[in-house]
Amino acid sequence: MDARFEFLTRMGDSCLVLSQRVSAWCGHAPVIEEDIAMSNMALDLLGQAQLWLALAGEQEDKGRTADDLAYLRDAWDYRNLLLTERPNGDYGQTLVRQFLFDAWHHLVLDALAGSSDQRIAEIAAKASREVAYHIERSRDLVVRLADGTAESKARIQSALDTLWPYVGEMFADDAVDATLAGQGVAPLPSSLRDGWEAIVTSVLREGGLERPGDDFAQLGGKTGRHSEHLGYILAEMQFLQRTYPGATW
Amino acid sequence: MSPTQNPESPSASTAHEWPLWEIFIRGQHGLSHRHVGSLHAPDAEIAMKNARDVYTRRNEGVSIWVVKADDISASAPSDKGPLFEPSNSKVYRHPSFFPIPDEVGNM
Repeated sequence: MDARFEFLTRMGDSCLVLSQRVSAWCGHAPVIEEDIAMSNMALDLLGQAQLWLALAGEQEDKGRTADDLAYLRDAWDYRNLLLTERPNGDYGQTLVRQFLFDAWHHLVLDALAGSSDQRIAEIAAKASREVAYHIERSRDLVVRLADGTAESKARIQSALDTLWPYVGEMFADDAVDATLAGQGVAPLPSSLRDGWEAIVTSVLREGGLERPGDDFAQLGGKTGRHSEHLGYILAEMQFLQRTYPGATW
Repeated sequence: MSPTQNPESPSASTAHEWPLWEIFIRGQHGLSHRHVGSLHAPDAEIAMKNARDVYTRRNEGVSIWVVKADDISASAPSDKGPLFEPSNSKVYRHPSFFPIPDEVGNM
């Protein structure tokens, strides 16, 4: 197994699956300003997915493009974090999922900007500028909804409780992570946890939210063991290429 | 007709809506802020972020101002005559008799 290819698909697939999830709000968000902001972010993530997966294809050296990897792999070959495939739920749940992810994403990109692999460092530096804005936005909105009405607070708290089991996977190290950390290519996921806790704790405090007590972590996404949701996501996303192979426009 | 809201139920339909903000963007250094449109947001900070998403997607700006629409006092269209007519009839106030050299740039 090529650790670098694994890692690149993990980054790319998390961006791609979350982008697909978020883009489902296009035309459906509660207000038009949010609709535009969400779509912008989905496009940012899609652009990042394209960069990571293109590099993964190069690394693999079997002639697969970013599109091949996105449209022609099945769920068990996807390496995205389970958090990114969680359903959108209500708008609060979408925002909490985004915030939990963004807090991790901006930390990992900051670390990757100093990667010993020049190509990874360059993608991370570019993505990091976009994600710096994502985290600012999702953070602000989570605090405001938590600090809003009794109903908005209850919804944010319940989203937090629902999504918490998917937090741990972002910081769980495995053999791929250890190999890349040893080569100075990528940070050890567990090393990002303290920074993440600091961001999340400050938001919970500001919004008067309670940190879920149970830190049980649902694992599997990074090794291709997914929830039932990913199959549906891919069925929709890959429909056109599966039905009309090689179709272009 | 005055463009104000129905005084009997000023908040009936807007009570649960975010306030309206007018957005001003400065396109480049040296130019002044220009009104580009309006949007809804719960507060100034979010209005700024929404403005970034709605109006600066193509690298249009170096600076954003957001102003609550309620805080703007505007002249009524019906005042147009009394307000502006007098200056229109004084042709000597207009600098239209001077050619402006290209080097001057934005004025």
